[in-house]
Amino acid sequence: MARRTPKTRRPGPARAAGLRTPSWVGWLFVAPALAVYAVFVLRPIVLTFQYSVYRWDGIGSSTWVGLGNYGKVFTDPDLFATILNAVKLIVFFSLIPVVLGLVIASTIRRIAASRLALAARTVLFLPQVIPLVAAGITWSWLLSSTGLVNQLLSHIGLGGVTRAWLGDFSTALPAVGVIGAWVLLGLCTILLLSGMSKIDPALYEAARMDGAGPIREFVSITVPSLRQEIGVCVTVTVIAALASFDIVYVATQGGPGNATMVPGLEIYYLAFSERQVGTASALAVVLMVLVIVVAIPIQWLTKDRSS
Amino acid sequence: MSRRIRRWNGAVLTVALGGALAAGCGAPGGDAPQAEATGTSPSSAPTCGTAPVTLNGYFETGFPVPKDLADEFTKQHPNVTWNIREDQFAVITQNAPRVLADDPPDLMRLPQVSELVKNNLLKNLDGYAKAFGWDSWPASQLQQMRMVPGGKTRGEGSLYAMGLNFSMTGVFYNKKLAAKIGMSAPPATLAELDDALAKAKSAGVPPIAQFNGGATGGLAFPLQDLMAAYGPPGPINDWIFQKPGATIDTPSNLEATRHLEKWIKAGYFWKDVNAVDYATMMSRFIKGEGLFMFNGDWESGNLDKQMPGDVGFFLMPPEQEGGGQAAMSAPLTFGISSRAKNADCAAFFLNWVATDAKAREIGVAVGGSHPMGPADAAMPEVKAGTVTASTLEAGAKIGKDNGAMDFIANATGAIYAKSWTPQLQKLVAGQQTPDGLLKSVQSDYTSQVAGS
Repeated sequence: MARRTPKTRRPGPARAAGLRTPSWVGWLFVAPALAVYAVFVLRPIVLTFQYSVYRWDGIGSSTWVGLGNYGKVFTDPDLFATILNAVKLIVFFSLIPVVLGLVIASTIRRIAASRLALAARTVLFLPQVIPLVAAGITWSWLLSSTGLVNQLLSHIGLGGVTRAWLGDFSTALPAVGVIGAWVLLGLCTILLLSGMSKIDPALYEAARMDGAGPIREFVSITVPSLRQEIGVCVTVTVIAALASFDIVYVATQGGPGNATMVPGLEIYYLAFSERQVGTASALAVVLMVLVIVVAIPIQWLTKDRSS
Repeated sequence: MSRRIRRWNGAVLTVALGGALAAGCGAPGGDAPQAEATGTSPSSAPTCGTAPVTLNGYFETGFPVPKDLADEFTKQHPNVTWNIREDQFAVITQNAPRVLADDPPDLMRLPQVSELVKNNLLKNLDGYAKAFGWDSWPASQLQQMRMVPGGKTRGEGSLYAMGLNFSMTGVFYNKKLAAKIGMSAPPATLAELDDALAKAKSAGVPPIAQFNGGATGGLAFPLQDLMAAYGPPGPINDWIFQKPGATIDTPSNLEATRHLEKWIKAGYFWKDVNAVDYATMMSRFIKGEGLFMFNGDWESGNLDKQMPGDVGFFLMPPEQEGGGQAAMSAPLTFGISSRAKNADCAAFFLNWVATDAKAREIGVAVGGSHPMGPADAAMPEVKAGTVTASTLEAGAKIGKDNGAMDFIANATGAIYAKSWTPQLQKLVAGQQTPDGLLKSVQSDYTSQVAGS
């Protein structure tokens, strides 16, 4: 955290006693974790890079194709469309949860003392506790042609717009997006709420004495103070959108047509169903680069510059 | 931070990354088994012997037949016990090559076998076929599991898998709803079927119960039936078996696809068909939300239980009255890994399934499908008037008309999920034309056959 309390500057016990440990001892403690990291994270990444320059069915012999698989990712309209779908999902997975999360968190903060706030917090956080697969299944029932959503719509006289939301070309992707927004809203709200608890109440008091209303307080104090929390929310949710797999797999499996096909799902189909391990790896590398390219500027923009 | 620590930092990272990189040296692959020139030819038919044997099986979840057969087999041959692993068919399909290469089971439920044979993952069963006399069974039972060794074309050559029984598709109908629209007998021609569909629609009865959601385009069932009504099954089989030059984009198939589009536009399918999966279709049909359902005889036993006496079955009617009839008919395919430890015992089991009276009874009663075996083998008794009885009867007609086809979804490993399904979903949504659909599937097929 940026604002350090004076306490942390106090000399630690080891230093006070004048003990000196050789610096490499620290690495001994890190070594097991580093080994696991190298085997289960670094090695697969390196292998993915390697596979991406071959044409390979996963079993037989492979053929060197250089950057051919990468060319395919950008020229095959079906593959490129998956990346566009992931970008569209950012609106639902990221924008809605963060904006709505801010509004809800500041509302909860205002009623913090009441039981309603506790209930709201619990209800909003619930999606984080439920496995994503269960959430996907529940929502596919809710959104089915005879599901609760359509029943409610019919009940309020909107029977004309009812449809199988996940089976309709025009609504499938937004419907998947709504599921994602629902899942991520709770995470953002709780994160922002905990950020708000750190804001000095004196700031609000001062603002109120200067005649600021709730909106002015929100814009001038709450949002700027939450810069880092918003940064974390945006980063986590954007990555969730770009790397989405489970919700889409359970709700639509990429259909209808390829309307909800996202890179994560396409990589899976390419590798395990079409047995094009090379193309799947190339798309995986492209996805990884995309996530890094999107995440780094967000980190930079939301960095706390006061330190 | 001291200079020393920084040096350590670098050294450790170099070691870690170096190790990671070293793991990735050399071209991937090439660990597949070598080709078997011919099937092993035992001098006499193999058995499971008398010493204790544990057969490793990899079966499909939710499909009780193999498990029931395994239990009965152990009862008759107590020295054989089973170690069975179960997964959903989609999982088995994805796992098949790696499981056969890394952790070879003796007996495995298999998807389409072409790619597995190409990588020498399956045992050549020619020797067993000779020893057990499978070669003298009706050729059509084994045709779909034959492949030219290492070659691409299916339907001829060596035997690489066996069936526990063979299934067949057609049209189930709800007898109560049929009575409501005055349909007293199954339609004899395509025009009569059209007529029944129109009557159902105007009587407020949902005409067709079908699934087409997710990654499984169930409209492939009626489409292939329509293809069979408009043209001979031979060219469709050639296409599925990857015969050189075969195409799905033929004039008669175009007529069939147009006919399907006509049904879609007439509103014969549920409005939300693109969001309906197989299980939902079954539950809705059982609830009476559809007059017809294009499906296979593996549901016969289930429907006899769930709607006793209320369901009928007929083969897709021909375009002209009295014309030949065809149906998707495929064996419940099981293979033996080329690295299996107990291959002989597994083959003995496969032969037992087709020839033992009790095993054949289980195949029909539990599986609802026709057992494999010689043409003159005794058929287990089936209660008259049941759906199972009518599907078995229909199977005989298909045999007589030589109308068995494999499923168009089995042409390549990816054609179903990546071509038929999205294209059929687009056809439902009015985003694809019949001509565009066939051209698109054909172009995917060409690149898939050439590419892998």
